[in-house]
Order: sequence, then structure tokens, then C-alpha cells
Amino acid sequence: MPYFDFAATAPMPAAVIDAWTEAVHQRGNASATHRDGQKSRLVWEAGRDKIAAAIGAAPFDVTLTGSGTEAINLAIKGLFEGRNGPRAGRSTDSPLAFPRILLTRAEHQAALDAVHWLEKSEGAIVEFVRVDEWGTIDLGDLAAKLGPDVALVTALWTNNEVGTIQPVAEIVAAAAVHDVPVHLDAVATLGYTVIDFRTSGLAALSISAHKVGGPVGVGALAVARTAPIVPMIHGGSQQRLRSGSLDAAGVFAAGCAVEIATADIAAKAARLKSLRDRLADGILAKVPNATIRGHREHRSPGNVHVTVPGLESASALFLLDEAGFAVSAGSACEAGVEAPSHVLLAMGLSEKDGPLRFTLGLSNTEDEIDALLDVLPSIVARTTR
Amino acid sequence: MKVLAAMSGGVDSAVAAARAVEAGHDVTGVHLALSRMPGLFRSGSRGCCTVEDSLDARRAAGLLGIPFYVWDFSAQFTEAVVDDFVAEYAAGRTPNPCMRCNERIKFAALLDRALELGFDAVATGHYANVEWAADGTPELHRASAWAKDQSYVLGVLTTDQLRHAIFPLGDTPSKDLVRAEAERRGLSVANKPDSHDICFIPEGDTRDWLADRIDMEPGEIVDTDGQVIGQHDGALAYTVGQRKGLNLGVPAADGRPRFVVTVKPATNQVVVGSRADLDIVEIAGARFSWAGNDPVISGIAETTDGGFTAFDCEVQIRAHADPVPAIAENIDGEIVVRPNVPLSGVATGQTAVLYVGTRVLGQFTIDRTVGANVLV
Repeated sequence: MPYFDFAATAPMPAAVIDAWTEAVHQRGNASATHRDGQKSRLVWEAGRDKIAAAIGAAPFDVTLTGSGTEAINLAIKGLFEGRNGPRAGRSTDSPLAFPRILLTRAEHQAALDAVHWLEKSEGAIVEFVRVDEWGTIDLGDLAAKLGPDVALVTALWTNNEVGTIQPVAEIVAAAAVHDVPVHLDAVATLGYTVIDFRTSGLAALSISAHKVGGPVGVGALAVARTAPIVPMIHGGSQQRLRSGSLDAAGVFAAGCAVEIATADIAAKAARLKSLRDRLADGILAKVPNATIRGHREHRSPGNVHVTVPGLESASALFLLDEAGFAVSAGSACEAGVEAPSHVLLAMGLSEKDGPLRFTLGLSNTEDEIDALLDVLPSIVARTTR
Repeated sequence: MKVLAAMSGGVDSAVAAARAVEAGHDVTGVHLALSRMPGLFRSGSRGCCTVEDSLDARRAAGLLGIPFYVWDFSAQFTEAVVDDFVAEYAAGRTPNPCMRCNERIKFAALLDRALELGFDAVATGHYANVEWAADGTPELHRASAWAKDQSYVLGVLTTDQLRHAIFPLGDTPSKDLVRAEAERRGLSVANKPDSHDICFIPEGDTRDWLADRIDMEPGEIVDTDGQVIGQHDGALAYTVGQRKGLNLGVPAADGRPRFVVTVKPATNQVVVGSRADLDIVEIAGARFSWAGNDPVISGIAETTDGGFTAFDCEVQIRAHADPVPAIAENIDGEIVVRPNVPLSGVATGQTAVLYVGTRVLGQFTIDRTVGANVLV
């Protein structure tokens, strides 16, 4: 069954399965003092070293979490609290007495809902920065909204739905004018674009292992040593910014997956782009009224996002699934509903624009794409009103 | 057949889907997301209010080994059921949202989509039966077990809708047996409590919920002579037959309980009277449908100039009311029904379902009533 949903999760390579199942034999809690524990610790450290190396960070600056979502929550809530202190203790003459958070409406749910919680519970003032029709952040609007009272800026490096890559250097530079920390959600960037955290000027950056063939349940947050941040999960202080027993085997497997995914990114991206363009060109040629969404050039090499006016995505996905193609509408909530995406609405589209998201991986072939292009036009026609 | 099983996350629809699988159908499960998630920054997100129910349905489908999807019908549901519910109350009528959902969502929007996608039928966990007349037309019948019978809320289905409806629980004698069967099949929803309330009113307080959506103006509570005997906070929250919550300071002259007998949106008045004032001897409505062959084709009535002749039937005006023997006829396009004994507490907007034996003949929305006592 051809799989076109790599952005949801990527299948685990055999080498990673081997690494994981081998590592899981090591007994001992990685924080224990005995030699079994020390051996587990080394397994965990080896995994973290690989992750840190892949994103250009020092190992000590990488906090392992239970998911990309947890990493994003830690970044946003931890930076907000670390910079402002608790709501009750904020001095009213400080510029950060009424701290603002800047983000776009096209962010991932993890960021939007974390910020929403800060607004409701911690007195954050939330301001949304405009995105254009391609989903690219409006840098002028960002600069206009930035100021010394901004607690943090959070942004998606690569939009998980439409694949648009943000001008991150410009975002960081604009924020630096006011010493505002920036967090980037790089979950959809890892493995597709080179990440060098050390030179990025970022306060924090989140990634997730399963998007690149690692295990579900391992995320990571790189944090600059100077960034004001506090932990969100408290307990045994196994890591500086996160308590909880260390998942040695999982982190080791994650490290192996990240290492494989980030090796030779340029060649990999070129291969994905050729598959992507074959699919995108085929859709534009064969599916009437289809529009490719997201930025044409600054986009993830594996992402083809298309909308068709009047398309019922859920019905199209059903027929595609029945025909043997695993595809997504872009984002599904907990209940499994294909939501009419907040990202598309932020880009100015209407709920009538039915989306389909195809995200490709190296295991996809030209034949699979051609087979998809054979069935897609009739499926879209059948499910468009 | 290719069957789409509507799975609410409850025990009935899970067992219904299981039986459809066992009957040899090619079954796909679907959960309908009917409301949007409120309150977050993601204005587009929707359909997530019933996360637990959808997960229960997903788990049941997984156990049955059938594909499962969640489909968003929140926009259609809001328009056809929720907005309609509010509008009906605002007009002083008492609607039945479950019937509207069957009529407009489950056996309309969902069935239409199912047919478009290559399915032959929609299966639900309703307790009712479909039988087939000699000419091949489907007929809707009561469930074998009277106590669980849900044919009333399906009375709105038309012949074409019935043609594509499957009710696998129709001949099950009791809900206990369905729960036992769910247990035996390993379905985790076996002991899930029944749902009774209106699904889109989470607190179960219809009056409060309506008050948030309809402009309620304080007004007068009057007796059947037009004497003002109390005040209300909004006439539209009252239902015909309602006895509690009237807060009348003055007792009735005869000392007997008083009931809401009419709600008058035009004058914002609630009229209360005795139990006898609730007695209705005739109900009528021009919006009707037949579940299968109409009375003429069924051979129980004859065509007239503007309708058809009178025939004996039974009329039921609520999901759990007893049916009452009655005579029905079609006079110039209006179904007029005279029960043998007066009906009590009938409100306009309610649906009257007509039965002949176990068969659901059809239904109409009650537009007007004639009381045993003449009221002002």
C-alpha cells in the first residue's frame, strides 16, 4: 500500500529497529549508581549525542522529552515562566508586567494550545502575526509587533500542513533587536533542511524522533544556555529541564534514526523534490481546479498540499484509503476528524477549499506516484460538490 | 452488501455493527462528529467534542476488524438539527431533535454520502425492523420488543431512505441481551450507560440552554379565562403539559394541579389550565411523509378529490407514549387524526406517527390541535 503520509509518522528503518531492540536488553535505570545503571546511562548518552550532533547542538543543551508536543510545551511555557516569573510575582513597573507572546495562526496545535493555556492561566497577552497566502510570516508585521514587552516568539520552521519554510534567520534577527527569545518548532524540518542550533541565535528548538523513523515517544528540545527557562515536569531531576526516568533504548533508537535521516540531506532532498514535483505537476495537469498550497520555492521537499474548491476531504480520503493509498487532509484532531485546517484559514482560504496532503519519503517510487495520479482525478471528481 | 455502520460509541450501534459483519456484509464503521470544539485559537477545528465516544467507537470497530473513520457532519447537524430546535422553540413549538437527526443527518446527509461512496446501506443500532411488502417496497415496523421500540423516531424515514436502512437489533427482545452479547464479543462498551438527554445540550438543562439562544422576555402566565395569575421569565422555555416550575402563588380555584396548555409566542403568554384542558381530540398537519407504501397503495384508504378517505390506525405522539386508536384521513392535503380517547399534552411541532399494527405508516408534524375544552 503506497504510503504518502510521512509527515504524520515515518516508518522505522530496519537498522533503527535493530538498534532499539538491542539497546532494550541493557538493564538498569540510567540514573542508578551501579554499573548496570551506568551502562544504561551510556546508551542514553550515545543516543543524545547523535541527536545533538544532527542539529548542531551541544549534548548538554538537549533535553529529551516524551514527544515533540511536550518539547514545544516545555519551550513555550518554560520560556514564558522563566522570563516573567509567576503571574503573582510580576512587578508592575517591569516592561514584562503584561508579557505578550507573538505567533501566527498557522502554528501547530501544540503551540497554539500551549499559548492559549498561558493566556487563560498565566496572563499572557497573545498577538497574532499575519501570514500571507503562502503561509509565510509577514516580517513587517512581526517587526511592528515586536517590543521589549514581548516574552517570546514561537514559530514553525516548516509548516506541517502546507510545507512552507519560514525565513527563520530574519525572524531571529528581528527578535534580537528587542532581546526577545525565539522558539522554533522544527519537527517537520528535521531530516529535510540542515539545522545548526549553535549558530541559529535561537533560544529553543523542538524536534520529534518518529517523524524521521525513530520511535514514537521521544522528542527533544534544544535550549540555548543563556535562555531563561524553567522545567515544566518536576520530580527526580534526571535532566536539567525535565524529570522522569531516562528512556535509554528509545533515545538510542531515536539517535540512530535522526543520524540516518540527517545524513546527506542535500541528496535526499533532491530525490524527494523530484518525486514531489512529479506528483504536483501531475495533479495540476490532471485534477481540474486543483491549487498547490504553501510556498512554491521555500517549501519542504517532501510536501505536496493541494486544495480543490468543494472537495469533501473525508470522502476523498476514504476512497483513497479503499484504493490503497495512505493520505492525509493535513491535520487530524484527537477524535480523528479531518479538520478544515486553521492553517488554511490563516492563509485566507475558506472551509470550502477541501485539502489533501501528500508527504513523501525516500521509499516512495515514481510508479507509486503514477498509480496515485491514475486514481486521484476520478476520486476528486466523485467527492467534489 | 457494502454496509456503512454508524457507530456512536454506544453499545447498541457497536453490537449492530458486529451483527452486520456476522451477516456477511462488507462493513465499514463511521462515527459522526456533530459538534465543534469551542474555545481554542484554532477556529477551524471541529468535531472533537465527543472524543471519548469516537474512541469507544474506534475501539469497537478495531475489535470487529472493520475500517473506521470519523466524519464531520457538524455544519449540517448545527443547521438541520440545532438551529431548527432553537427556531421551533422560538416559534412556540416543541420539536424532537432525534427525529430531525434521523431525517436530515443519519438517513440523509450520511446516507447520501454512503451511496455516493459505493455503499449499499447504512446500519444503525435503532430497535426497529424493515420488512418488505409484496410489491418489493420496504416497510418500517416496530421492534419485536415493545419496551425498546424506537420506530417512532424513525417514522420520518421515507421509502427511499428505508430501502437503504439496516437495523440489526430490531428483533432483539431486550437491551440486557444486547449488553450480554457485547460482553461476549469483548466489546468494551458493554456496560456503558445509556444516553437519554439531547446530545447537544450537555448539562441536560434544556431551559437554560434555550435561554442562552432565544431572547426571553418576562411575561404573563394566564389561566384559560385570560386572568393573569403569574409571571414567567420567557414563555418559550415552557412546554405544553409542563406542571413543575410554574411558581404560581395563587392556588387554582378547584385546588387541582395546573398545567401549561398553550404557549403563545405572539403575546408572550403562557396559558395554564386543568388536566382536562390538556385533552386534545383532533390533531392535524400538512407536512407528512409515508414510510413505505402510502395508505391508498396499502389498500386501507381510497383517493378523494383532495386527499384520501378515513381509515383506522393508531397514533403515537412521543417516543415513549402509548399508541392510541384513531381515525386518520387526508383532507385537502392535511392529515387530520381523531383519537378514540383524547390525547394529553400535545404541542404543535411534535411529530405524530401513525401505525397500523406493528407497521409505521408514516408521520406528520402537528401544526394545529383541537381541544376538548374550548380555550381563549
